[in-house]
Amino acid sequence: MSLKFGVVVFPGSNCDHDAYYSLRKLLNYDVEFLWHKDTDLKQSSVILLPGGFSYGDYLRTGAIARFSPIMNSVINFANKGGIVIGICNGFQILLEASLLPGVMIRNNSLKFACKDVYLSVENRETIFSAEISEAAKALKIPIAHGEGNYFADADLLKELEVNRQILFRYSDENGNVNDENNPNGSQLNIAGIVNKNGNVMGMMPHPERACDPTLGRIDGQQIFKSIANYILN
Amino acid sequence: MFKATVLIKRRPSILDPQGVAVEKGAKHLGISNIKNTRIGKLIEFDVDVKDRSDAEKEVNIYCSKLLSNPIMEDFEFKLSEWVPSGEEVK
Repeated sequence: MSLKFGVVVFPGSNCDHDAYYSLRKLLNYDVEFLWHKDTDLKQSSVILLPGGFSYGDYLRTGAIARFSPIMNSVINFANKGGIVIGICNGFQILLEASLLPGVMIRNNSLKFACKDVYLSVENRETIFSAEISEAAKALKIPIAHGEGNYFADADLLKELEVNRQILFRYSDENGNVNDENNPNGSQLNIAGIVNKNGNVMGMMPHPERACDPTLGRIDGQQIFKSIANYILN
Repeated sequence: MFKATVLIKRRPSILDPQGVAVEKGAKHLGISNIKNTRIGKLIEFDVDVKDRSDAEKEVNIYCSKLLSNPIMEDFEFKLSEWVPSGEEVK
């Protein structure tokens, strides 16, 4: 299969160009924008739902974007095993579309959190994490959100743990997961999860903002390289 | 024509950080007996059909698929019929 990222552009997306820049200019992958009113995924092998404030985040984050025409195609693509990654608002859209379980509520601080965080990698046997260096105790990737407080009931949390669906948890720089390093109140410090089949991933931190060496952080590259390697091999 | 009034409430089991913060404001205001503040949404719109059961059907879909997220919210609504001259029937 050839590697091509399709970056969906919703009204209010604002990380679509960051994603395009990182994938195209820094990692040299084939990328194309997909307009929310279209239904054609243009032969993309990976769909990326970027961060931002789709439809002004009115009603609930991601709630209106979920009904965009392109989302029917994305849902069909995901249900057939297609690889989908949602970052920040993209993660919220995947939750609203029920492609991932749980909901996102307001940060417990009630503040918009915009800073670098560390993520412990909980499962290196996924499409999205296989190339993450074993030596890395934690990934340094920025967050920028007001509603990133992941909530799931006790049964679902148990299921996520049993199925190894928790991919990233907020931690200190050595990968120790604790309350002190939980920036938003997420249950179990959850920062990123995959679906049961392992082909859909959502994460609140922004790996596309951690790809350019000029900006001093490149840990995000490992996530995109994992996806690329999976498709190319 | 029906006027719909929808009330969306967060499920009791789901934390409401906004409600907690607003309640702190109540303490600063000097009132001390306020408990369990929960913030929801009230949404109003018209449904342009003649039959009440048709209106109910459509409002149910709107509420359950878009206006509320069934994982964390419950909804209830009431419908009142009115004629476009502006007069309410019941």
